[in-house]
Amino acid sequence: MEKSLKASEYIITRLIKGSGYSAILFVLMIFYFLMSEGIVTLTEVPISSLLSIRWYPIENYFGILPLVGGSLVVTIGATLLAVPIGLLTALYIAEIAPRRAREILKPLVEVLGGLPSVVLGFLGILILSPALRQLFDLPTGLTAFAGAILLAGIALPTIISISEDALDAVPRSYRDASLALGATQWQTIWHVTLPAAKSGVLTAIMLGIGRAIGETMTVMMVTGNAPVMPAGIKALFLPTRTMTATIAAEMGEVAKGSTHFHVLFFIGIVLFLISLAVNVTASAVLFRQQKRSERILS
Amino acid sequence: MNRKVLILLLLNFSFLLSGCHQQDQIAEAASPQYVYIENKGSDTIVNLALAWAEEYQKLHPEVRLSVTGGGTGTGIAALINGTVDIANASRRIKQEELDAARQNGIDPIEFVIARDAIAIIINPNNPIEKLTLQQISDIYSGKINNWLELGWEDRPIVRLSRETNSGTHTYFLEHVLRLGQPDNKTLFSPDTLLLPSSEGITVEVRQNPNAIGYDGLGYVTEDVKMVAVAEDTRSDYILPSAESVNSGRYPIARDLYMYTAGRPEGEVKEYLDWILSTEAQQIVKDLGFVPLIRHQP
Repeated sequence: MEKSLKASEYIITRLIKGSGYSAILFVLMIFYFLMSEGIVTLTEVPISSLLSIRWYPIENYFGILPLVGGSLVVTIGATLLAVPIGLLTALYIAEIAPRRAREILKPLVEVLGGLPSVVLGFLGILILSPALRQLFDLPTGLTAFAGAILLAGIALPTIISISEDALDAVPRSYRDASLALGATQWQTIWHVTLPAAKSGVLTAIMLGIGRAIGETMTVMMVTGNAPVMPAGIKALFLPTRTMTATIAAEMGEVAKGSTHFHVLFFIGIVLFLISLAVNVTASAVLFRQQKRSERILS
Repeated sequence: MNRKVLILLLLNFSFLLSGCHQQDQIAEAASPQYVYIENKGSDTIVNLALAWAEEYQKLHPEVRLSVTGGGTGTGIAALINGTVDIANASRRIKQEELDAARQNGIDPIEFVIARDAIAIIINPNNPIEKLTLQQISDIYSGKINNWLELGWEDRPIVRLSRETNSGTHTYFLEHVLRLGQPDNKTLFSPDTLLLPSSEGITVEVRQNPNAIGYDGLGYVTEDVKMVAVAEDTRSDYILPSAESVNSGRYPIARDLYMYTAGRPEGEVKEYLDWILSTEAQQIVKDLGFVPLIRHQP
């Protein structure tokens, strides 16, 4: 009896351990596959050509800079919109809203997170982009800005939901102590609760950005996909082409093993490295924060 | 349509599994009641070919048609290798393909099976009525950037195009932007919007007075405006229509082809004859292509 229990326990622990490591294995496999298909690009296309500003693959113009620039413009735009709004919403839900409002708002935000991105893209084409064109008197509403607004919409539920959880986890005694010292509610939120929840809020923002930079369908539908090298702040109000939209639009019909095919994988590598950089930065910041708080507490 | 594609794909697989191939003598003997026709090639034509195949199989239950896409080049290569009965092509067979086929002892016979016109569309509020091919080329290459230069008010031109993987994009590049000149290396202006679907182009043109776009004639809806196009300033400006395409007067039109290996015989010949019939050409019209005009008896 005891022996069989031990055996099953052995199997179960191994299974759990295996699942734990499988994530690492999958990431490594994806990374290997990306590399094996994409790194060939460097032998097929000269670096100077890759770093040019013309993307027109059917005539062998493989300049990826406009695509990297396009992704950055749209993502930064989305971040600038989503972070303040998301943070304020989370603060309201966690700290200020009466219990009833909170019970309605939180699930609603999560429903928003479940909206398929293609639906948002469709609304973007039909409603948002004509409105933007008229509002700002633009040549066309299919711009990076339209993409940024929709991506902000996609990142918001992530940011709100996770930062609200982080704020909620701050012990009641912190707030009570602050209020007892005579601080107002606003001072308590700004100087006590928010700093205490800092690591969770940062995670929320990073996850939101990660969600935005990888999003494909919506940006493909509303940004116009013109591979123009972004220059200055006005690039936000011009059509742009992101890395994700390029891969999605062109992978379907490209001949397997051709230079174009390899360049698309190379773009995948660049995208992967950018997300990695975002995540590593976030972890580094969190790590430093943690060390500091540990130091203070000990 | 997706469902139809799926069904035909499944049919394809079942052919593979049962090893029933037209050339396969044993399989033919095992199921004498069916005649198999393999049809492969252009993605532009694949929907049309599928619609025809469905309809034809209703009329002739003893015939099994398998239709696949893959592109014109793939279809013609398969014809040269003798693995298909009919190859679909959205362009004429090239000389080197013809040579390769003759070396393999195959003589490709060409059939024009439908026509396709590309309409230049603008917003209904735009008063421009007509453009020459040279003007359209200059608009898309970025030489003309404002509607003022074409005789309307001071407004920027927003150029809309299909994505680069679309056959229509390639056709437009070669025959409009480069005016059909092989050594012309003109490119689309980088700020040309590349939209993933014909529908995307129609939606933007419908609501944006600055926009100009192009689409297959079948995708043009009532609420956008078609521009009359002239070969050059000396020729007439022609609006795209089934009639002007068939008479060869509309300049941005192409023929769609099917190629057979040698003079078709038996069921293949019957199928091609049926494709050219009024009934089958009605399907061409329903799918938005231009039907061939037959002399009515």
